[in-house]
Amino acid sequence: MKNDTSKPWPLWEVFVRSKNGLAHKHAGSLHASDQEMALKNARDVYTRRSEGVSIWVVLSSSVIASSPDDKEPLFEPSDDKAYRHPTFYDIPDDVGHM
Amino acid sequence: MRESISIEERFEAFVAAENRVEPKHWMPDAYRKTLVRQISQHAHSEVVGMLPEANWISRAPSLRSKLILLAKVQDEAGHGLYLYSAAETLGTPREKMIDDLLSGKAKYSSIFNYPTLTWADMGAVGWLVDGAAIANQVMLCRTSYGPYSRAMVRICKEESFHQRQGYEIMMNLSKGTKGQKEMAQDALNRWWWPSVMMFGPSDDNSPNSAQSMRWRIKRKSNDELRQEYIDKTVKQAEYLGLKIPDKDLKWNEETGHYEFGAIDWTEFFDVIAGNGPCNAERIAARQKAHNDGAWVREAASAYAKKQSSRKLKVTQDSAA
Repeated sequence: MKNDTSKPWPLWEVFVRSKNGLAHKHAGSLHASDQEMALKNARDVYTRRSEGVSIWVVLSSSVIASSPDDKEPLFEPSDDKAYRHPTFYDIPDDVGHM
Repeated sequence: MRESISIEERFEAFVAAENRVEPKHWMPDAYRKTLVRQISQHAHSEVVGMLPEANWISRAPSLRSKLILLAKVQDEAGHGLYLYSAAETLGTPREKMIDDLLSGKAKYSSIFNYPTLTWADMGAVGWLVDGAAIANQVMLCRTSYGPYSRAMVRICKEESFHQRQGYEIMMNLSKGTKGQKEMAQDALNRWWWPSVMMFGPSDDNSPNSAQSMRWRIKRKSNDELRQEYIDKTVKQAEYLGLKIPDKDLKWNEETGHYEFGAIDWTEFFDVIAGNGPCNAERIAARQKAHNDGAWVREAASAYAKKQSSRKLKVTQDSAA
């Protein structure tokens, strides 16, 4: 029984919405025994100066991350597709804002 | 020209080009080790740093100063937590770092092994100790390891209040009665040299500095930071009408810097070795807090376990 409760508390990732209308942004991480404690700790650790109006906590073990080694296959294909950007096209000034 | 460069050389070039290293990137073992040591020491310093100030919470001279001191000590706890999280991204568990602090194996900033004897020490600690910490931390906002740098940005935003509230205490005391002014001068006398030593040994006696600079972990040398700190602080002491306890301190017109007297490194290394006035007391206080909190940690774990097994049972029942 002792072993079960002396295990380290899991790690949680904390996301804070700084104001309504903006997305939640990663603030950092913390340890907590359960989700309620994770929320309470997140409030104390990451919002001591009105940094937020809403908090998400997610078990760190639930985050699936891409590997740095996959950077090229994942992201390089978009590098040579300049036609996806509006500045690729020459539109005469006379046309007006477009 | 060589055909290929080693993975170490590629890493060196990566950080030299001002790229940030993130947790899943390949990094040399020594880089990882240096960071774990530095970040966890930094975290320990924040945590132990709460103790000299906690000493005055119950005796703060007004409700206003008590609220401010409580907020400051709470910030130090928060800073410790940001830093432990940053260190954990390098693969070292939190428990291991805490154990190393409690067993005395890990180091923390030697400044916190000095006692806070009077209320003026709350002023001097905020002004001088936090001032020195800020100089170091502003530099570390641009450190090459992403999670460390992000923690530093957050800390720097909060830390500036710490220094200003300390200076405010010093201003009030130095404008006060003769006794209050003497108390402020006495605090400056005791905290000046330890705060100057906070930047660590001089460059020619700091073997790991050069490598840390190459890896962009540190951006300025100990002596550079110390000089900047002294140049800034002398003016602040003059404004207070207090005298910095260094008879060799003088302005050098040519260099545009203050010259200062010899630092007593024997004292510095002696305090690091565990022989400062409060080393044993600080560790004992941390051990006591950790041991006294054991039942809380166990109860929270037991509660979490019970709740999750209850939820599991509800799910099973409704599925049946």
